[in-house]
Amino acid sequence: MSQVLYDAPGPKALARSRVISWVVAVLVLGGLGFAIFQLSGQGLFDADRWDIFNDPLVWLDLLNALVTGTLAAAGLAAIGAIALGVVFSLLRSSTIKWVRIPTTVVLEFFRGMPVLLLILFILLVFGVPAFWSVVIALALYNGTIIGEALRAGLRALPKGQREAGLAVGMRPLQSRLLIEFPQAFRNMLPIIVAQLVVLLKDTSLGYIVGMTELVRRGRLTSEFFGAGQYAFSVYFVVVAMYLTVNLSVSFLARRLARRRGQRLDTGRLKEGGMGDQSAVGNAPIIGAADGAAGGDGSGTS
Amino acid sequence: MEVILDNLPLYLRGFGMTLYLLGLTVLFALPLGALVAALRISPVPSLRVVAAVYTEWLRNTPLTLVFFFIAFVLPRIGARLDYEIGAVVALTLYTAPFFAEAIRSGVNAVPVGQAEAARSIGLTFGQTLGNVILPQALRGVVPPLINVTIALTKNTSVATGFFVFTLVSTGQRLANQNGDQVIPILLGVAFFYLVITIPLGQFADRLEERVVVNR
Repeated sequence: MSQVLYDAPGPKALARSRVISWVVAVLVLGGLGFAIFQLSGQGLFDADRWDIFNDPLVWLDLLNALVTGTLAAAGLAAIGAIALGVVFSLLRSSTIKWVRIPTTVVLEFFRGMPVLLLILFILLVFGVPAFWSVVIALALYNGTIIGEALRAGLRALPKGQREAGLAVGMRPLQSRLLIEFPQAFRNMLPIIVAQLVVLLKDTSLGYIVGMTELVRRGRLTSEFFGAGQYAFSVYFVVVAMYLTVNLSVSFLARRLARRRGQRLDTGRLKEGGMGDQSAVGNAPIIGAADGAAGGDGSGTS
Repeated sequence: MEVILDNLPLYLRGFGMTLYLLGLTVLFALPLGALVAALRISPVPSLRVVAAVYTEWLRNTPLTLVFFFIAFVLPRIGARLDYEIGAVVALTLYTAPFFAEAIRSGVNAVPVGQAEAARSIGLTFGQTLGNVILPQALRGVVPPLINVTIALTKNTSVATGFFVFTLVSTGQRLANQNGDQVIPILLGVAFFYLVITIPLGQFADRLEERVVVNR
């Protein structure tokens, strides 16, 4: 990591950095310990705050909400988003003006709106159930973002790809679909997967519009068992579930990114002077490409 | 259209709250993000670990859950925050890692040769960063920072579910009162969001082009 910025540390620097490391570790652990001590002073870690999790039904309930609420919505929306993304990217990179410009306007509109507003719009205007309005809104919104990523992927391809396609007598659309698009899709796969993590997280917006997903189920569970003494423990379990699912998907995204990077590197060697896929193979100043999940639209809730 | 003009004060109230959340969050999250970014590249391993854990944790947790913690769980452990302050805290905690990533990507956009050259003429870590990398990175950092700010603008809407009166609350309330005019009402809300996000996006795009030309 970031070896360009400083020399490999010598014995003195190593000792110093070790000391700082220990101090920080002690501070952080001390802080955590203090927090835990304070919390346990309020009985948060007593058995009677956690005993509901002895009941398998509670687990079944939460897992059921995770699978049939959160994951089902995310899965359906992901399929929709990728399909829409493909269509949007093709429309937006069309050579025909009266296709490209209206699509651009519509996409900009969707991209500039909060997902929650989109969900409400579909919920109130079309009167579909909460679950489906979440699915449709997420598919639309993430479809525009994936579409943008794919368009960027199309644009980043060497010009020769299209020229070659046209030169062998393909029609423009044929060259798009058969030659350029598969490459763009593969190049952008890490960004698409990262966006799917965002989509998965955004299903929690369903909580606000009354869809039964993990967050709402958690709240109902803790309220069902009493006046809030389970709020912390249930929250803890819900967060753990989200982190497990999301970190696995993020991990997948990172692995895809790494595999992609390797393939580009070897590809460059073979292609010789052709590689104008700059930057991808260059070592960044800071750290490895674990920024996969930090791609374009991922700031979105 | 009529319904929007009639209820303009309500729209402006929601708009004001959205701007308030946006402004305060940027004010707090930007320094925090810069700090996290600095920690992530520091030579001390434990600092890097702390920053990485924070970033990964928050980036893989839905914003709704962060809000949920501040609004429903914190009061149970004895720290009740005002809902609006709580919203700013939640948004700040959530947005800071994204700012940090934006800063990191800006720094990464500086060619490695710059850092190597600075190192090879004997500049220290601090000098390399302060005199060579950051001044160049700053230009590249602004567009991604703006993109995060745009996302933040949209994210302020999540506060709706946690007792803060945002633009979306305006839409919700008006739509409940005037069931026959839901479409214009919600389009009005969308308009107010676009008033913030589209100019910011245009600005980012233009800056991006200029940065590219410069290099």
